[in-house]
Amino acid sequence: MTLAPETTDLKIQVRLDEDWVTVCDLTRLLPGRGVAALLPDGGQVALFRDRAGQLYAIDNRDPFGGAAVLSRGLTGTHQGRPFVASPLLKQRFDLETGQCLDDEAVRVATYEVRAS
Amino acid sequence: MTATPEATEATPTIVLVGHGMVGQRFLEALAERGLTATHRVVVLCEEPRPAYDRVALTSYFSGRTAEDLSMTDMEFIETHGIELYVGDPAVSVDREAKKVTARSGQVFDYDTLVLATGSFPFVPPVPNKDAEGCFVYRTIEDLLAIEEYAKTATTGAVVGGGLLGLEAAGALKGLGLTSHIVEFAPRLMPVQVDEGGGAALLRTIEDMGLSVHTGVGTQEIVTDSEGAVTGMKLSDGSELATDLVVFSAGVRPRDQLARDCGLTVGERGGITVDEQCRTVADPHVFAIGECALAADGRVYGLVAPGYEQAETAAATIASDEAAFVGADLSTKLKLLGVDVASFGDAHGATEDCLDVVYSDSRAGLYKKLVIGRDGTLLGGILVGDAEAYGTLKAFTGSVPPVSPESLVLPAGAGAPAQIGPAALPDDAIICSCNNVRKGTIRGAVTEHNCTTVPEVKKCTKAGTTCGSCVKVLGQLVTAELEASGVEVDKGLCGCFAQTREELYEIVLALRVNTYQDLLDRYGRDGARGGDGCEICKPAVGSIIASLAPTIGASGYVLDGEQAALQDSNDHFLANIQKNGSYSVVPRIAGGEITPEGLIVIGEIARDFGLYTKITGGQRIDMFGARVEQLPLIWARLVDAGFESGHAYGKSLRTVKSCVGQTWCRYGVQDSVRMAIDLELRYRGLRSPHKLKSAVSGCQRECAEAQSKDFGVIATAGGWNLYVGGNGGATPRHADLLAQDLSDAELIRLIDRFLMFYIRTADRLERTSVWLERIPGGLDHVRDVVVEDSLGICEELESLMAAHVANYRDEWAETINDPEKLARFVSFVNAPDTPDPVVGFVPERDQIKPDLPLLTIGSRPLEGSAQR
Ligand code: SRM
Ligand SMILES: Cc1cc2nc3c(=O)[nH]c(=O)nc-3n(C[C@H](O)[C@H](O)[C@H](O)COP(=O)(O)OP(=O)(O)OC[C@H]3O[C@@H](n4cnc5c(N)ncnc54)[C@H](O)[C@@H]3O)c2cc1C
Ligand code: SF4
Ligand code: FES
Repeated sequence: MTLAPETTDLKIQVRLDEDWVTVCDLTRLLPGRGVAALLPDGGQVALFRDRAGQLYAIDNRDPFGGAAVLSRGLTGTHQGRPFVASPLLKQRFDLETGQCLDDEAVRVATYEVRAS
Repeated sequence: MTATPEATEATPTIVLVGHGMVGQRFLEALAERGLTATHRVVVLCEEPRPAYDRVALTSYFSGRTAEDLSMTDMEFIETHGIELYVGDPAVSVDREAKKVTARSGQVFDYDTLVLATGSFPFVPPVPNKDAEGCFVYRTIEDLLAIEEYAKTATTGAVVGGGLLGLEAAGALKGLGLTSHIVEFAPRLMPVQVDEGGGAALLRTIEDMGLSVHTGVGTQEIVTDSEGAVTGMKLSDGSELATDLVVFSAGVRPRDQLARDCGLTVGERGGITVDEQCRTVADPHVFAIGECALAADGRVYGLVAPGYEQAETAAATIASDEAAFVGADLSTKLKLLGVDVASFGDAHGATEDCLDVVYSDSRAGLYKKLVIGRDGTLLGGILVGDAEAYGTLKAFTGSVPPVSPESLVLPAGAGAPAQIGPAALPDDAIICSCNNVRKGTIRGAVTEHNCTTVPEVKKCTKAGTTCGSCVKVLGQLVTAELEASGVEVDKGLCGCFAQTREELYEIVLALRVNTYQDLLDRYGRDGARGGDGCEICKPAVGSIIASLAPTIGASGYVLDGEQAALQDSNDHFLANIQKNGSYSVVPRIAGGEITPEGLIVIGEIARDFGLYTKITGGQRIDMFGARVEQLPLIWARLVDAGFESGHAYGKSLRTVKSCVGQTWCRYGVQDSVRMAIDLELRYRGLRSPHKLKSAVSGCQRECAEAQSKDFGVIATAGGWNLYVGGNGGATPRHADLLAQDLSDAELIRLIDRFLMFYIRTADRLERTSVWLERIPGGLDHVRDVVVEDSLGICEELESLMAAHVANYRDEWAETINDPEKLARFVSFVNAPDTPDPVVGFVPERDQIKPDLPLLTIGSRPLEGSAQR
């Protein structure tokens, strides 16, 4: 799903059960940073875009501290895996699988995401 | 070796009297030789705690605890079945019956008795020497007593200007006392240094703020009607007012127990022993350490010879061959800020020897090498710069590979030859405290697979006593690892193989002004073209920000790509709190604020319902702002003339001030004005770690400047500049960099210092750690920023000038930029909806985070659509 970064009229959509929920313009996502979106079911999703244009969506809640802040973390790659580091206590989460890279037992939910 | 031998007829017993440094080493030597398995070992320890590191005693005042100083691993004592009686000294010995009686009344039969009773501090017999407020400096208990008494004292005097006396005086100063040193000899450290060295040392010690009185004796301690010290009368007729006196006039062997049981002692004390450390009077009794008068006729007051004696005695008991025939008296002063070392034949006692002397009394430098006719290095004295001590000491006794002049000339003068430890022969002694040779250290790396200095210390014991060899140790370990092909990866992170300092140089020299460009051109192979990581992004972001005007990058940290590099807090220009809300800290330069300013802050906090607190940095923090409230709050703050306080950035925090000359009856300069000037000058400067500062109006130091990265204390003649101070988890007192500076000189030096730090420090390395780490330490930094030894000061100054000229308030810029403001929302698709997890409950008339709310949204994974 690599896109030319200039593309403007594309919307980011997140899949919730059977529906695709439209969240915002693709341009709102700065490469390397995230935003949070509120889902119709009250859930919060953290959306990211990397340098290559790939999109990711995971649950926004930091499972360690409880605050809904993962969208505000720093992103990067670790051994080829894209991750976000929580702004609270810096644990890293794989953006594709939600797996915490610093604690095997912890994982956050992930969502399907697309730009269309 | 773990069984405790039964005290039967068949098991011979060794009784050790004295559990000090040497006693402990003796026990270790017994264990190493397997003697603890074949003998019952009884230890009588007088002090209330088992053996500890007396050499490092003074570091108790810089934060090491009694536990840190301990040298005794209780597991060692237990596994070897050693019977240790703490707080129970030996009171008598019956040599005929071979029995020792302890104070508790216990009686122990021995086959072998080892005396390691150490020394006691000599107190000259002056009137009132036992008055309240008089102390000695030998045990942890002594230090505890001094520390307690110093709380009510303002001045302290040390009798004796030798190695220990200087250490004690430094400690008193560290306790906040005005400190004096009274030395009978015409110079300080008379035993170690000669006249020239003494003069350089005097200058350095006086520069540290200690008053030195040489060539005078103490005649009487003066007391008040309660019997507490108020001063001392000196032999020149003068009187010195002081609240506390520490006697440090030498030590005497503790040989009373030996005298009482008829053992031979020397004329000036010390239990007479032979080369095997056996007493000459009784083959069943040994004496080791400071209580022994060795076969060469000397009593050694240093730990290294004691350790050798301990090994010798243990070997002799094991019927191995060993002898102690004498030892080296090399010493290095451990006083912070003073470099003094002497080694080998420092006074040139060898017949026909020659000197090479370099002396610069202006810079407090004095270096002398004593050279034999054939070019052998015999010894030397280093004052002011003891950098080469480790290497020179190891070369003592051999002909160094380069000319002696080049070993003492300062860097920059002529062509100084750098002889590294690589040039040393394998049998050169690197650690003289523990008698560890270079070959052993190399072996630790090559044969025992040690890869770090701590591992090598553990494996070889080198560097575990006075620590003066640790630097050479580090160089050897690195050299050995490199030689054996182990790559020592000094890279910043998985993305960059360069250090932060190297990246800084690349960015500056090649004007690389984006992170991506840097990563794609200079990153590790696998990392190029990638997304970097959470370590290098902020580090490079900080380098780009601190060089922004010079390399043609935007000085605004939220511009373009830079926004993506910033740590989360920098991205929101605020500090995140545990529930995802933020704190707001406006700059209050120097801690000075008008009533109107206070009212504005009060009104804003009230209107937004924020929790307010006075911080430890002399300003006001407002907590509990939601992300979408930050621009609204800042719009009002900026409107009232406030600007960002950078509480979130690795940048200048606060410059604290005391009220100073304007109001305070003691103040000698306008400390508030200077604090404000400095805070405004360096605000917004991105650096490897946060920077803190303070300015005090006089030596009373109400602003705590000596705990800051750069601290300023007013003097009658201007300002003293201290650097490398730190509070926090590992506090460090700042070092004096320069004295009596004018306003302009002060600012110029700070400009240079900060820019040099920013250029060469590692990521998240405070100035305190940096100063300890960089080769040459404070002296090197002083050379660079005061003497301009690298010729870079002009560049450092112009980099700072560019920063100052280009400073803009980040918050003012942000609230005027609609695109940036759009980021300050909880939800991109619902900008007006606050995050439901951020809630507050009341406490003490204000708010605090509602923690139970944080469990909302903790939903089972199945609840959401999975990929
Ligand atoms: C607010 C304040 C405590 C208070 O209620 O008084 C505070 C609060 C924090 N301190 Fe501090 N420190 C505060 C004064 C201090 C002081 C005292 C001083 O500056 O005189 C120190 C010791 C002095 C020093 O730094 O040398 C101090 C030593 C630390 C350290 C340890 C630094 C070290 O080198 O060991 C950290 C951790 C770090 O920076 O890595 C830290 C980190 C923090 C952080 C940033 C932790 C965090 O990331 O959440 C706290 C966030 C502040 C916020 O959310 O606004 N804070 N902190 C003080 C703010 C001062 C200000 O106006 O800016
Ligand atoms: C502040 C300070 C700094 C120093 N710095 C250095 C340095 O940099 N380099 C260096 O080489 N040396 C230094 N020294 C000297 C070094 O500490 C001594 O050389 C070393 O401790 C000697 O060890 P020891 O075991 O012989 O004596 P100690 O360590 O003094 O141990 C003797 C022990 O025996 C105990 N004892 C005495 N009588 C009895 C008894 N009857 N029964 C039971 N126990 C008894 C004492 O209480 C004491 O605990 C320093 C000393 C001090 C005080
Ligand atoms: S440091 Fe000196 S000038 Fe400043 S308040 Fe304290 S006593 Fe007064
Ligand atoms: S020389 Fe003292 S610890 Fe090595």
